[in-house]
Amino acid sequence: MKFRPLLLPALGALGLSLALFDPALAQDAAAAAPTVNKGDTSWMLVSTILVILMTIPGLALFYGGLVRTKNMLSVLMQVFAVFSLVSILWAFYGYSLAFTSGGEGIGAFIGGFSKAFLAGVTTDSTADTFTKGVAIPEFTFIAFQLTFACITPALIVGAFAERIKFSAVMLFTGLWLTFVYLPIAHMVWFSEGYLFSLGALDFAGGTVVHINSGVAGLIGALLIGKRIGYGRDLLAPHSLTLTFVGACLLWVGWFGFNAGSNLEATGGAALALINTILAPAAAGLAWMTVEAMSKGKASLLGIASGAVAGLVAITPAAGLSGPMGSIVLGLVAGAVCYFAVTGVKNALGYDDALDVFGIHGVGGIIGAIGTGIVAAPSLGGYGVGEYSIGGQVWTQFIAVIITLVWTGIGSVVLYKITDLIVGLRVTQDQEREGLDLADHGERAYNY
Amino acid sequence: MKIVMAVIKPFKLEEVRDALTALGVHGLTVTEVKGYGRQKGHTEIYRGAEYAVSFLPKLKIEVAVASELVNQVIDAITAAARTGQIGDGKIFVTSLEKAVRIRTGETDVDAL
Repeated sequence: MKFRPLLLPALGALGLSLALFDPALAQDAAAAAPTVNKGDTSWMLVSTILVILMTIPGLALFYGGLVRTKNMLSVLMQVFAVFSLVSILWAFYGYSLAFTSGGEGIGAFIGGFSKAFLAGVTTDSTADTFTKGVAIPEFTFIAFQLTFACITPALIVGAFAERIKFSAVMLFTGLWLTFVYLPIAHMVWFSEGYLFSLGALDFAGGTVVHINSGVAGLIGALLIGKRIGYGRDLLAPHSLTLTFVGACLLWVGWFGFNAGSNLEATGGAALALINTILAPAAAGLAWMTVEAMSKGKASLLGIASGAVAGLVAITPAAGLSGPMGSIVLGLVAGAVCYFAVTGVKNALGYDDALDVFGIHGVGGIIGAIGTGIVAAPSLGGYGVGEYSIGGQVWTQFIAVIITLVWTGIGSVVLYKITDLIVGLRVTQDQEREGLDLADHGERAYNY
Repeated sequence: MKIVMAVIKPFKLEEVRDALTALGVHGLTVTEVKGYGRQKGHTEIYRGAEYAVSFLPKLKIEVAVASELVNQVIDAITAAARTGQIGDGKIFVTSLEKAVRIRTGETDVDAL
């Protein structure tokens, strides 16, 4: 197996199957134990840490800056607590339900409990990558996937920020992870999963993370209702400086999210990385331009929101689109999300406080469908096999619909259960006082 | 004795202070305030949500002076704080019954 390290860089992103080049070599590799490469392992450890950085403090600060002073700590707290809770649940049963076989039939939708409490996983266990015969340590894979499970429910808190009960966030997160996130992750990413089998492409979690959280956020905003004073009082962000810091941390952390999803330190990771630079850059500029043309001024919050929309949109296509395709995807996402956030939300009148649906839901759908187009080899993409744009877009569409329905129905039920057990919303007095004092007994800034 | 209270544009504070110091006024209280007069506010837009901000940030200065100094103080503030644009602010004068310097117990004009 000494030749493998030499071959890997040469095969690059398209080294999905050695069989394309040399059938004998492939059989040889399949027979042998998978190779664990220190370079791959290092990259995946770094990526894991980057995704944690993206969540705490990145997402927390991005959201925190957008709420009013009196609710700053509640948002930071919710993101931090969600991250901590999901980490534990992931080790207890999350990883097992998402990434083990659930057996005949039900296995298309959910895994089993064979690795509950990480049973049987040792430092010698490995998880497969996209290259036959190349693996990474299973603990690395578990930790990397843990960070995805953590950020997804953390994204939702933006939708019902400034009025949700803290206990409701915690209960809903546990339920939602179990009954919505884990099945979707299993369906999309595990080899026996239903959407995986359909051939739906989701490189780094456009459906699993973004559509999923965006729709759950929208439903939360609808069920919990508008903030007091919405549409009447000044509900302006208390610190766009912190929102800027958070947006930048999100962008940097997203390199771990997208390029890490390649699972190997190869040209494929480099492709995902450059796409993760170009798409948000294009989307930020698109948002900024449309905003300047319709409102007269280009705002910092606008370009930052656009960049996040671009990051969301490129997520499912990160390792599949060519660089030019990612720019197009970014431009579309930036412009469409602008209208979703400024026009559609106001027209429909729901209070998605921090635009989880407008950016993650809408951007996620654009990315998921768009992946079917930009992955086409004829357009400079890296889709494999006999690629049909129409066929792939249809498959992507089906995957989006299934995700929408699953997370839509699941979220409604889980919000209702949460409401029955602890109640979703704080009292009016508490909301006026601010969640920092009402729920946490402290305030963010003591001048 | 009189209290001269003026609401001025924030960036005019240093000029007003210098003008008052030149008159021999050696004490001044400054408060950050918000309010509106004839000057219109502005619009802030956050992700398409437009807010009309009609209360503008101003500084309120308060100075206690001997009655015979009042007109000079008013003139000094007027000259220093004026830009000629709408929103330059206003000056209000009220009577002051008593003043005490806490450290020494001096009263009235001696305390100013």
